[in-house]
Parts: sequence; structure tokens; C-alpha cells
Amino acid sequence: MQEMLTVLWEAAPFIVQGAGVTAVAVVGAMFLGLAIGVPVAVAQTYGPAILGRIASVYVWFFRGIPILVLLFLFYFGLFSWIGLNLSALAATVLVLGMTSGAYQSQIFRGAILALPQGQFKAALALGMSESQAVRAIILPQALRLSIPGWSNEYSILLKDSALAFVLGTSEIMARTHFVATRTYQHLPLYAMAAVLYFLLTWAGVSGLRWLERRVRIKGYGEVA
Amino acid sequence: MMNEWDFFLHRLVPALNQGLVITISLIVPSALLGLLGGVVVGSLRVYGGPLWGRLASAYAAVFRGTPLVIQLFMLYFGLPNLGITLSPYAAAVIGFTLCSAAYHSEYVRGGLRAVRRGQLLAAQALGFSTWKSLVWIVIPQAVRKALPGCGNEIIYLIKYSSLAYVVTCFELTGQAKIVASESFRFSEVFLVAGMYYLAMVTVASKALQWIERRLAIPGFGTL
Amino acid sequence: MKTAPLMRVVGISKRLGGRVILDSIHLDLFKGQTKVLIGPSGGGKSTLLQCMNLLLTPDSGFIELEGRTIDPRNKRELYAFRQQVGMIFQDFNLFDHLTALDNVAIALRKVRGWSRREAEARAMEELARVGLADKARLYPAELSGGQKQRVSIARALAMDPKVMLLDEPTSALDPELVTEVLAVIRALAQAGMTMVMATHQMGFARALADEVLFMEAGRIIEQDSPTALLAPGSGTRTLDFCSQLAEGL
Ligand SMILES: Nc1ncnc2c1ncn2[C@@H]1O[C@H](COP(=O)(O)OP(=O)(O)OP(=O)(O)O)[C@@H](O)[C@H]1O
Ligand SMILES: [Mg+2]
Repeated sequence: MQEMLTVLWEAAPFIVQGAGVTAVAVVGAMFLGLAIGVPVAVAQTYGPAILGRIASVYVWFFRGIPILVLLFLFYFGLFSWIGLNLSALAATVLVLGMTSGAYQSQIFRGAILALPQGQFKAALALGMSESQAVRAIILPQALRLSIPGWSNEYSILLKDSALAFVLGTSEIMARTHFVATRTYQHLPLYAMAAVLYFLLTWAGVSGLRWLERRVRIKGYGEVA
Repeated sequence: MMNEWDFFLHRLVPALNQGLVITISLIVPSALLGLLGGVVVGSLRVYGGPLWGRLASAYAAVFRGTPLVIQLFMLYFGLPNLGITLSPYAAAVIGFTLCSAAYHSEYVRGGLRAVRRGQLLAAQALGFSTWKSLVWIVIPQAVRKALPGCGNEIIYLIKYSSLAYVVTCFELTGQAKIVASESFRFSEVFLVAGMYYLAMVTVASKALQWIERRLAIPGFGTL
Repeated sequence: MKTAPLMRVVGISKRLGGRVILDSIHLDLFKGQTKVLIGPSGGGKSTLLQCMNLLLTPDSGFIELEGRTIDPRNKRELYAFRQQVGMIFQDFNLFDHLTALDNVAIALRKVRGWSRREAEARAMEELARVGLADKARLYPAELSGGQKQRVSIARALAMDPKVMLLDEPTSALDPELVTEVLAVIRALAQAGMTMVMATHQMGFARALADEVLFMEAGRIIEQDSPTALLAPGSGTRTLDFCSQLAEGL
């Protein structure tokens, strides 16, 4: 008991510091996923058929393969194959971001399809170009409707980021594993890591709920 | 070095097939037990009263709020601290089951909640017993509401079964890792392994769509 | 000497889903004229109005505005044309994420490139014109149906359109809200706006229209002044249709 508490006490700062790395991975992947997801969703809904097809294959690929396999495939395989020498953290952000892009695109697509299509027509009738209508009318609404989906995506990414330890990214999970294999206090250490993840999930989800309230439009959104 | 064909046909594919068998033997029991657990936990969350309802919700929150890989590590590496030792396979199946039950419970709860009170009142007004209105009115509606979510959860399970590898249960991903590490052909090996998963996921989602269509009722679930 | 038409629809046909929806429609619209489109549901009124704004591209035929033929493939020309032709939809299609004021201002800012201040000042004027100056800061979800439709009229007017197309502007409204919208449209007609309006409000059409077009199965089958078409005993298809409408009420 005494020994366990000592280990926890001494390991805690080291493991908690991993939260910074985890946060970089998750936030980086969220934004990369956003940057990929929005154009993919727009291509699937408003783009020409060929672009829509390409976007669908992208989504199918990244949603159909486990993160673990994708991490191995890109980090040990494709990235070095195309001559890209990335750190484990950078590879983690890229792989999680590309995967998240596939999922986020489906969140946005759902949101775009949930909007009444008449508004797009009304924008064109005023003389807006298609891309202006998407930017000024469709996306501001679709992004708002996407926040709940986004919050879900955050908690998924946070949990998936724990898999980055297989590449040696020094985030929470890797650090916990490192200490555990040396001290044999597996159960309490992983329990501590679990609590940390739980708190991070809670913090992120509360943050996004706050954002949702901030950008809420009166009487709107109940439809969706 | 073996030539390409030899490598694919005599090394990679047999290894992956061997892994596939284990992957499937992980997924099937975990999916069934997870669904069963999800129905129990989800029902408790709706009908369980204050104590059981609260406990069931806490269970779901904990398992949904922490990474599956940590849950697996606690089962496989952690339990020996308490004198309990599990085989890699057992740890994986138990971990997958506990975790998917938590996720399923969310959809089961949503499905049960979505059945409007008026439906139950109407059934009771017609003389249905509580049990009969459950079987004939509530469950048929709730199943349809919960189906897309639960189906998706099973598709997730197909992919997350790859985590069994980190507790040394050498299924598809584990076999791929072994072959890749000894041949240094990471791109090819993991692409082919990815195709195995893509095939499973695609078949499962088609099956899910088929079931959803079979059970679809006009105008139901669109609200 | 007769003046040239402001807008012409020349031989427009349109197929949708494998069926002919518009069958070689001709229409000359003179400045200040109000034309009313009536006819049974599915006759092609909405399709015609959307083709007139080139929201739908006709399969054959073309649209002329002030003697210029519009080429829908030329995007720049297309967007400029649509700015000059206002469109009012049956279900308003207000932008749900914008206040009434921003709904009116947004096209001025994004399409015309006006500054926010200029655009909002103009938007305020237009809202005042439809009697909604005090509702400028409300979101669509906070407005009644009649108010929404008036905002959508203000939104179209802000672009200084030469022609307004109105597709059953009052059909989605509760009866007690119809009057306020019709009052706005009447004021527009009296101010000399050139308009084409699909409607089932026959009394209103009779009072306001210079010409009634009766449309059925993708063709304009009758076309004359309301008094001529609706004269008792005239035996027109229009009269027949309108008396059925009246019975239905
Ligand atoms: N995108 C489309 N694809 C196929 N058919 C269509 C499409 N849009 C309209 N139609 C068909 O075109 C016909 C004419 O429709 P339209 O909306 O122009 O009629 P309308 O005269 O405006 O009727 P209403 O009075 O009901 O508004 C209808 O039969 C409709 O089903
Ligand atoms: Mg119509």
C-alpha cells in the first residue's frame, strides 16, 4: 500500500505532463480533421460527381480501417515510402487528423442535408455565386449544427490518441505504460491515467457545450 | 528475399487468414454479450429507479469516458496485481464486452426514451398488461430507434478488435505486425490488412442497411 | 409606338424526371406590368418562375432582359441577371442564422460588396417599407409567417430588382396573416414594380393583375385581362377553375 502510494505520487507529475502531448495530438487532429472534413462534405453535397466520388472513397477508407492499422501503415510504411521523415507526434496528428476528417465530413454532411435547401436557392436568387452561398449561408449554419457531433468527435479522438503509444509518442498512455512496466503497479497507474482521460473528456465536452450556447441562435436548432 | 508472389501467397495471406479467424472469434462473442449487456444497462438507466439507474449511468460514463486500451491494460496487466490472471483472449473479450455494453446502453436508453408516453397509455387503455405493452408496443419501437446506433457500435467493435493485439492476442493486426516486422514491407502488409478490415466493415454496414430497410416503417423515426 | 418588353421568355421548355414540365412557354413582360399565373397544382408555375430567374436552366429557349439574351453558362452574367430579378418563395427561405436585418443586408455586402454600414442602413429602409423596422434584430424563428414573408420581400427589394417573381407568397400563411403580405405586394404594384406572381388569391389577382395567365400541363392555355377571362358566361377554362376554387373555400 505504502509502496503503491509512493509510486503514484512520484509518477503523477511525469504522467500528467503527458496530458500536454495528448492535448497537442487531439487539438491538432481536430483542426486538421476540420480542414479536411469541410471540403469533403461540400464536395459530397454540392461538388461535381467525380469529386463527390473521390470524397466518398476517402471517407470509406479512413472509416473502415482501425486506427492502429492506420498508425502502423502510415508511420512505418507510407510516410517513409514517400520520403517523409516525421516524428511520432507529427505522424499521430496526421493519422488521427485524416481519420477525423472522414468522420467530421459526415457530421457536416448531415448538418448540410438537415438545412432547408430553399435557403441555398434563395441565396442564388439574390445573385450570390454557388461558393458565396455555401460560405455565407450554408456553412455558418452547418457548423453550428455540427457542434454536438464535434463534441462527440473530440471524446473519440481523445481516446484514440491513447493508441499513439504504439509509435512511442510520449503522451499519457505511453508514460503510464513506461512507469508501469518498471514498477509493476499496473492497476493503480492505469486507474490514474483513466481518471486523467475522464477529466479531459469532461473538460473538452463542457468547453464545446459552452461554445454551443455562445453561438446559439434564438429559437433555432431545435429543428435539427 | 522471397519474390512478391511468394510473399503474398505463402507468407502474408496465410498469416492474415489465421489472424482473421481469431479476430472473428473475438468479435462475435463480444458483440453478442455486449449487446445483451447494453440492453440490461440501458433498461436499468430508464426503468431502474434512482439507485440502479444511477449505478448503470455511472458505469456507462466510466467506460465511455476512458480509452478502451486502458481498460484492456487494466484487465490484462492490472488484474494480476490483485492475483487474478486472464489469458489475452479472455482479457480482450471481457474488455470489448464491458466497453460495448456501455455504448449500446446509450442507444438502448435513447430508444426506450423515444417511445412516447401516449403509446404506453394507449396500450394500457386497450387493456394491455405492463408486460404485454412492453413486448408488443415499446420494444418494437425502441428496437427500430436503437438499431442504427447499435449497428454502428458493432462496426466500431470490428475495428477496435485490433486492440487485442496490444494485450498480445495475435489477431489480424498482430499477425500483420509480425509479418511486417520480419519482412520490412510495412506499406504492403498494412494495406492488405486494412483491406481485410475494410471488407468486414463494408459487409457489416451493408447488412445493417438491409436490416434497417427491412424494419423500416413509413414516417417512423423521421421526426 | 409600342415600347419593347422589359423581360421576355422565349420558347422555354424544361423536362424534369423524364417528364415535360414546361412546353415552349412564351411571355412578354412590360415595365410596370403585373401578371398573375394561375392554374392547377403541378401545372408548372413554380418551374416557370424558377426558370425565369435561371435557378433552373431551361432545356431550350432563352430569357431576355432589356433586350439582352442571358447566357446561363456565363456565370458572371448569370449572377448579375439574378440580382436584377427578385424572387419570393412560398416558404420564405429566410436564412435561419441571420437576423431580419442581416437577411436583408447580406446580399448587399457579399454580392454588391457594400460596407456593413451602408448595407445595414439600406436594409433598415427596406424593412421600414414593409413595416418591420422594429423587428430588425429578431431571428427568423422569432417572426410570424407573415413577418417572415415581408422580410423576404424586403430582402429582394434591397437589390433594386427590375422584375419581381413571386411564387404563391401567401399560400404558407395562416389566413389572418395573408392581408399584411398582400398589402405590401399591392403597394409594390402601385409603385410601378414589374411583377409575375403565382397565386390562388383570385380576388387579389382580379384587382391587381394587368393580365392573367392560366397554366396547365406545362402550357399557358389562356392569357387575357382578368375582366375578360373571368366575365360570367365567358366559358373560359380560367373561369371554370376559379369557380371550383371558390367552391372549395
Ligand atoms: N426536380 C424535379 N424532378 C422531377 N419532377 C419535378 C421536379 N420539380 C417539379 N417537378 C414536377 O413538375 C411538375 C410541375 O411542378 P411545379 O412545382 O412547377 O407546379 P406548380 O404549378 O407550381 O404547382 P403548385 O401549385 O402545387 O405549386 C409537377 O408535376 C412536379 O411533380
Ligand atoms: Mg408551385
